[in-house]
Amino acid sequence: MAESVAKARTFQDLILTLQNYWAAQGCLILQPYDDQMGAGTFHPATTLRALGPRPWNAAFVQPSRRPSDGRYGENPNRLQHYYQYQVILKPAPENVQELYLGSIRAIGLDPDLHDIRFVEDDWESPTLGAAGLGWEVWCDGMEITQFTYFQQVGGFDCDPVCAEITYGLERLAMYVQDVEFVYDLKFNDQFRYGEVFHQNEQEFSAYNFERADTEILFQHFKDAEKQCRELLTGKKLALPAYDQCIKASHAFNLLDARGVISVTERAAYIGRVRALAQACCEAWLETPMGEYKPRFADKDAG
Amino acid sequence: MPDLLLELFSEEIPARMQAGAARDLERLVVGALTDRGYLFEGIKAFAGPRRLTLAISGLPAKQNDVREELKGPKTDAPQAALDGFLKKTGLTKDQLKVEKTPKGDVYIAVIERAGRETPHVLAEIIPEVMAKLPWPKSMRWKPGLAVRWVRPLHSILATFDGELVPFSFAGISTGLHTRGHRFLSEGTIEAKRFDDYAQKLKAGHVMLEAEERSAIIFEGVKQAAFVHGLEMIPDEGLLAEVSGLAEWPVVYVGTIQDEFMDVPAEILQTSMRTHQKYFSLRDPKTGKMANRFALVANMIAKDGGKEIVAGNERVLRARLSDAKFFWDEDRKHSLESRVDKLKGIIFHAKLGTQFERVQRIEKLAGEIAAKIGADVEKAKRAAKLAKADLTTGVVGEFPELQGVMGRYYALHDNEDASVADAARDHYKPVGPSDAVPTNTVAVAVALADKLDALAGFFAAGEKPTGSGDPFALRRAALGVIRILLENKISLSLSDFANRADRPFLESHAGALGAHGGKDLLPFFADRLKVALKEKGIRHDLIDAVFSLGNEDDLVRLVARVEALQAFLKTDDGTNLVAGYKRAANILKAEEKKDGKTFIGEVTEKLLSEASEKALFAALAKAKAAIAAALEKEDFAAAMQQMAALRGPVDAFFEGVKVNADDKQVRENRLNLLASLRATLHQVADFSRIEG
Repeated sequence: MAESVAKARTFQDLILTLQNYWAAQGCLILQPYDDQMGAGTFHPATTLRALGPRPWNAAFVQPSRRPSDGRYGENPNRLQHYYQYQVILKPAPENVQELYLGSIRAIGLDPDLHDIRFVEDDWESPTLGAAGLGWEVWCDGMEITQFTYFQQVGGFDCDPVCAEITYGLERLAMYVQDVEFVYDLKFNDQFRYGEVFHQNEQEFSAYNFERADTEILFQHFKDAEKQCRELLTGKKLALPAYDQCIKASHAFNLLDARGVISVTERAAYIGRVRALAQACCEAWLETPMGEYKPRFADKDAG
Repeated sequence: MPDLLLELFSEEIPARMQAGAARDLERLVVGALTDRGYLFEGIKAFAGPRRLTLAISGLPAKQNDVREELKGPKTDAPQAALDGFLKKTGLTKDQLKVEKTPKGDVYIAVIERAGRETPHVLAEIIPEVMAKLPWPKSMRWKPGLAVRWVRPLHSILATFDGELVPFSFAGISTGLHTRGHRFLSEGTIEAKRFDDYAQKLKAGHVMLEAEERSAIIFEGVKQAAFVHGLEMIPDEGLLAEVSGLAEWPVVYVGTIQDEFMDVPAEILQTSMRTHQKYFSLRDPKTGKMANRFALVANMIAKDGGKEIVAGNERVLRARLSDAKFFWDEDRKHSLESRVDKLKGIIFHAKLGTQFERVQRIEKLAGEIAAKIGADVEKAKRAAKLAKADLTTGVVGEFPELQGVMGRYYALHDNEDASVADAARDHYKPVGPSDAVPTNTVAVAVALADKLDALAGFFAAGEKPTGSGDPFALRRAALGVIRILLENKISLSLSDFANRADRPFLESHAGALGAHGGKDLLPFFADRLKVALKEKGIRHDLIDAVFSLGNEDDLVRLVARVEALQAFLKTDDGTNLVAGYKRAANILKAEEKKDGKTFIGEVTEKLLSEASEKALFAALAKAKAAIAAALEKEDFAAAMQQMAALRGPVDAFFEGVKVNADDKQVRENRLNLLASLRATLHQVADFSRIEG
């Protein structure tokens, strides 16, 4: 167990501490995926690697884009682009809660001084056809982590079950640094978060809500969907197909932010992305790294 | 006698599932033990964030021996019957007894089963129960095992009479160890008996009993509030929830920053409750919400809670900033300007948008207002604005504040106070303990809102069924009934149900072939019976008056039923009902025989006996007098008139033979009885009166 250390002073300290901590637990330290996505869960290192029997332990930072959360840089804690820190452990170790609490100690939150609790919060991603049971972890009443035992991804049962730990880095850093406005965070000793990202939030909010060309985006969605389907016929290419699924999902998120998708259409679009995700997962399971053999096909049916 | 101790230790169990899991565990274990012939002295189940515990006292060390005699075939039965019996019992022929019976000699198998040692039975029962425990939601977690639990299970402590009960579940073997509080206890705890277990857990900062945790929290919040000269705003649901979130609850008090104190208290309270699970406090003198809140932690912090309080206050600031932002933004647009946005909110797929609904309610509320003497323009205005708060940020964030926010925004827009109150109160009553609106504008909108929903959903074929009422239509009908009765509002329910139904008859929903308005009255009658039953009013009397079909003003109807019930309790009433029944039975038989209905046209000159002349005279007088009394809504007088009939009716049956030999006399007497029936039916359909 990590000794209680001084609080991670800066945003990048926080990231480095988590990287070191999870590296020491034997995790692969991966880099962000180079596609725009709404959450770390979309990273193929989570979505695809959560499936199949092979053990997998990885940790990485993933920039997350939520176009409709844009606030033109004026909201104290809402961002359309922020960072998640993802840990994926398969199979979930027996002591995964303890491992997680070790990471909380490592970044300088001493459980003897704080009120840390696991509050029911099951997770579901309709676009990925994924669901799990778990908690949001509260520190003094603030949600600092999402903790999930995956049960299904892409409509397929996870076996073994993996644990996914997701830290919202800005929110966690605000807590550790005692800062109320996200742009006041110390990124390092020279730079504030605002100096790095405030303009980014302003410009992208305008893009997301006002300027994004919806005709082009609708076309992007169709193209990505078409390409994804094509890559899954004949000799299947699961990973490139999944890239297209990610792109379709992001195009949908942008269209949603532009307010051009009605309530009824919305469900239909989510269904289309889910169908792609499921097809990609199915293809992945046929690859050498997937090698899925359903063991509960009979017992778990229904 | 020995005791059983069982503890199932897992990762954090959702608060909402704990009590149910403890009940189910107890129920299933009791069932399994009873099935195996066990009796025991006491049982108690406990649930908390990380464990389910079951303690059974006075459980015998051994199952009772069982001796059973099975009757087999007769000794002279074919060999196949005997073979079958031997196979079934697992015995050989020489082990069977022969018993003489009146039907001949019969084989008897005596089967003796020695009772098993209880630990063996427990080792069999408990894993079965665990596999069956019905969690609302459960998960797989063990590689290669399909077994489920609410969250990963870590250990099972099981002892009987202080000794380990060996079994395993989900690959976990039972042991004698558990753990205390996650942060306030170290290492493992060994326990073999319940008392020792409970004591050691307490030392390890775990309160086993949910009731104890809840009492500690309740007292803690009360005390903490008292220190600041405040009192807690009671919240049972929240108390139960936070009791499931801490093994060792500790109450701390934090401060709400002044800048938020002019945000409406309902918003602060709802935000604190739903997002943060904090208790709100108030000033006992003014009843106003205070700038303090109580939080329940699962931790005795080394610094006395300084960091915890500071952290929670910071989180709350962020939460309330969001809420305040919505509150400020919402007030930049008037409710009136929001009405158009209701076009974008679907009320129900078959019933259109909220905007269309508001248009219907506006018209109906105006009509109701005119009828009940409310200000028509204000009622229409209130109806128009009543749903506009659905488009606001605050209601989007906290749907339970619909109406409450409407009132605030209406006041901010300088709407009339009665209009603002109606925006809030038209949802009332929201439950049996909620008060009904009393201001006439709110009453008009509340009635229109509920009648529109009822007529609409009935037209759309979405009537409540025995098992489900997803649109809360029973509550809506009961709301209408309570509003009318408690405010003593006279109006024709069928008239207004039909008015509410009109738009649907014309629209798509009506085209589905349903006729809401017509079906609504029996639905109201049923709800009325339920509502009045609690007041001790007989449902058959409601039927008796309702079925006349000429009374759908609930206030009058209930007054008439109450008068009738009082009358039936009197001697005259009881006898008159008996007389009525006798008359009705005779009429029924004779009308069937004659194939015609007697309508009560009596020919006076055919009357010969004194008692039939007397009854004729009494009926003539009573019929007119009852009609006059009903007209004046003087139900007591109507009952008096009925009472006056008792003597003549009794005398008639004593002195007169109805089925006279003379055909004309017989029919005339039957008509006299029909006249009695018709006279009484002015008040109620006596045939529906029971007993």
